[in-house]
Amino acid sequence: MSEDLYTVEFNKVGAGDLPRVGGKCASLGEMTQAGVAVPPGFAVTTDAYAAMLDHHGLRAEIKRHLEGVDPDDIDAVDRAAQAIRIRIRSHKLPEDVETAIRAAYAEMGDDMPVAVRSSATAEDLPDASFAGQQDTYLWVRGADSVVYRVRDCWASLYTTRAVAYRTKNEIPHEDVLMSVGVQKMVNARAAGVAMTLDPCNGDRTRIVIDASWGLGEMVVSGVVTPDNFVVEKILEEVLDRKISDKHVELVGDAEAGEAVEREITDERRNTSCLTDAEVLAVARLAKRLEKQNKCPQDVEWAIDADLPDGENLLALQSRPETIWSQKKAEKPKSSYGLGMMGIVNTLNNPLGTRS
Amino acid sequence: MDATTPLFPSAFDVQPPKGAEDWKSIYPYYVQFNPKRRQAEDGKFWFCNSQHWPTPFRPFDLIMVDFATKCLGQYNTRHLLVPPANGIDYRILNGYVYFAPIAVEPSQIEARIPQFLERAGHYYQNWDSLLANWKTKVQGAVAELEKLSFDDLPDVVPLEWVTGGKGLDNTTDLMKAYDDAIMLCYRIWQYHFEFLNLGYAAYLDFFGFMKEQIPSIPDQAIAKMVQGVDSELFRPDDELKKLSRLAVELGVADALKSGTVDEALAAVKAQPKGAEWIAAWETAQDPWFNFTSGNGFYSADKYWNEHLDIPLGYLRDYIERVEAGETIERPTEKLLTERDRITSEYRDMMDPEAQEVFDQKLGLSRTVFPYVEDHNFYIEHWSLGVFWRKMRELAALFVRNGFFENADDMFYFHRNEVRDILWDYCSGWGTGAEWQGPSYLSDEVGRRKEIMGALASEPPLPALNNPPEVITEPFTIMLFGITSESIQKWVGAKEDGAGLSGMAAAPGVVEGVARVLRSPDQLTELEKGDILVTPVTAPSWAPVFGKISAAVTDIGGMMSHAAIVCREYGLPAVTGTGNASSRIKTGMRLRVDGNKGTVEVID
Repeated sequence: MSEDLYTVEFNKVGAGDLPRVGGKCASLGEMTQAGVAVPPGFAVTTDAYAAMLDHHGLRAEIKRHLEGVDPDDIDAVDRAAQAIRIRIRSHKLPEDVETAIRAAYAEMGDDMPVAVRSSATAEDLPDASFAGQQDTYLWVRGADSVVYRVRDCWASLYTTRAVAYRTKNEIPHEDVLMSVGVQKMVNARAAGVAMTLDPCNGDRTRIVIDASWGLGEMVVSGVVTPDNFVVEKILEEVLDRKISDKHVELVGDAEAGEAVEREITDERRNTSCLTDAEVLAVARLAKRLEKQNKCPQDVEWAIDADLPDGENLLALQSRPETIWSQKKAEKPKSSYGLGMMGIVNTLNNPLGTRS
Repeated sequence: MDATTPLFPSAFDVQPPKGAEDWKSIYPYYVQFNPKRRQAEDGKFWFCNSQHWPTPFRPFDLIMVDFATKCLGQYNTRHLLVPPANGIDYRILNGYVYFAPIAVEPSQIEARIPQFLERAGHYYQNWDSLLANWKTKVQGAVAELEKLSFDDLPDVVPLEWVTGGKGLDNTTDLMKAYDDAIMLCYRIWQYHFEFLNLGYAAYLDFFGFMKEQIPSIPDQAIAKMVQGVDSELFRPDDELKKLSRLAVELGVADALKSGTVDEALAAVKAQPKGAEWIAAWETAQDPWFNFTSGNGFYSADKYWNEHLDIPLGYLRDYIERVEAGETIERPTEKLLTERDRITSEYRDMMDPEAQEVFDQKLGLSRTVFPYVEDHNFYIEHWSLGVFWRKMRELAALFVRNGFFENADDMFYFHRNEVRDILWDYCSGWGTGAEWQGPSYLSDEVGRRKEIMGALASEPPLPALNNPPEVITEPFTIMLFGITSESIQKWVGAKEDGAGLSGMAAAPGVVEGVARVLRSPDQLTELEKGDILVTPVTAPSWAPVFGKISAAVTDIGGMMSHAAIVCREYGLPAVTGTGNASSRIKTGMRLRVDGNKGTVEVID
């Protein structure tokens, strides 16, 4: 266990590790362990972040910057937050932490392009949309870059909005720790989001998929209007397809070590980015994750251009759907009698004549 | 809706097609719209039952309309006292049959409930034992039919009859044989409906429950939970598949591949293991080749055992597919696993209280549903197949004696007119006088043929007069899939457009070339990959489902034959489009969406 103090591979992460690897990495770990195809990688634990804070006396420094800042004074919050981010970024990582990250990264292969993402812990902002406020870096290559991007993620705990939120809600800043996920970059041919219910009406017999060319960030951020598919969850049949005009895609630039936006050529932009078979594969993946997590899920997925058919669909994230799942399902009115009286009712009021 | 202009025309304003002005003369009075009752007739909503009678029928074939309708009704009206519904009234207009269900006076519904509970309840509770008894009864009727013979009257009464003091002649048996055949057909039709209405009612109850629990559940999902995989309706097709595998195994496949039936069978016999295959081929025929390429309701139906070229054609296709290494057998294991998976996943979506109701209703539906599928083999294929064969034997007798030129001609006469023709034959034989028939009938046949030809040139109207605001009659909905919504579709379909809609009966989306078939005789026109467009399909068309890429029908619901078979074969199907077969022409490119229930013409 001690060798996993600062980094831990996804295939060793369990649900109990959530406090030290954050929600995103815990979910990736759980999926990996359950045999779901997930791009490999590791979590940089909250212990690594804590070591960073302790090593450079950053806790006291953060406290000092925020003392007396009025959460409603956005300029003041902004100044303090920026100063903290600069302070975090200006320090080297503790040697043992950096060694652990470099070793874990080296395990993934030579100069493997990776995505570096923050993985917030439970005490963090409940508002799911906030997740996007913390940084994600795509197509990062080389150990030096990975180390810097981990540090950038830590710094992203101190965005203006996050600081204002915690101050207002009296969440002690120094208690909030962050984990960072380092995950093999998917060379996404197409990617998107799948919900295991219809977000328009909460219908749990439906799986609704948004998908576009390239990396899924364009779908999540709403930069493109994605193709939209509706699948009947139990029959596993595509009920509806809306093919949209998808003008840009985010693709990896391995040389530059970053993801770049690229205009989509005419013949591809109005073409469905998924075949029906792929739509069904995504739906089955989402269905499996819903079953595993025992509640409706919001799944990010990608189809890797470099992997063979049948092995190329990868889960990137799965989290509980929060809007409809919390509503109590409306109980269908039960005018149905049992046994013979049920049949009498049916004959007297056949379907389509009930009010 | 404007009350003064009905949505559909009055029967009294509909003109016959040119050349069929005299059509009323070939059908009896009791199926006609009577001008003296115009007000009452116009006050009812009549819909065309083109699901069961898609083309005009010859006068003899009215026997099936008469018996089916009467026997359907008797169970509601007299046996079971179905609370809201009596039978279905019927009329013929221009060779097509129109139905008007008869509702029970609302004030009397309540009083019928206790009787219904007792009578129908008995059936539901003793379903399996009553059904076992039913099979015995039906097979008994079939055996009686098989025993009937229609032999030419001899020159003289046998000597033993004279010396034995029998005191009767051969016409007695001949007329009795005819009367027996008609009465056996009548019995068979009563058996047909003994369980059917109850089967549908239980299914509809489950269906309605599911729609209320999970409003967005597709109709086909409910069907899939209930449908069996080993229906006897699939046996004839399964037998052909087995025979094709056996042919390959025994090395007789090549011998079967060419020539007429006789030539092919002779070639098989010449093979070392030919006798073994011929034995299997002959065993399969009884009863499984009592299988019509139509629906059993028409005298023109071709049954496999009388037209061995039909099963042989299918067999040849199967042999080719077996040789190409294809799996032609239905994946019954997989279908069963899939059925269980679907069932448990929908069940999991319900609360425990609803699950209990679900279990009960599904259980009953699964108990009754095999009948809904299997009866079709026992009645329409097997029993009616034997009946029609016997009637053809009688027709042959008339031909031998100069009454008709062709065996088919007899069916241009109503069954009671045929009784008269038989009388003419018997009476002339008795008196020693000349028969009237041979000189009279041929002109009459000619006249009626012309009328029939003219009637067939025009498709039926979907309905007559005004529909009720809401269709509440359960049998209209259950048996014919007619709802207020589908009527609106018929009206909408009059306007021209590139699209048609119907029931999303089997999932999938396919583009391809349309092949419009108006009769089973055209089945051979189908080419691989065609989209079959037809008024209605019959179960015996199953083998062609291996060839086509999708099916579109005018009439039929989720449980129609086309829907069931397409789901089995994994082909998209859109049923109940109203008029696809008249709006679509062979050769058009179509997109059939079996998930949405739409058909688009794409060029």
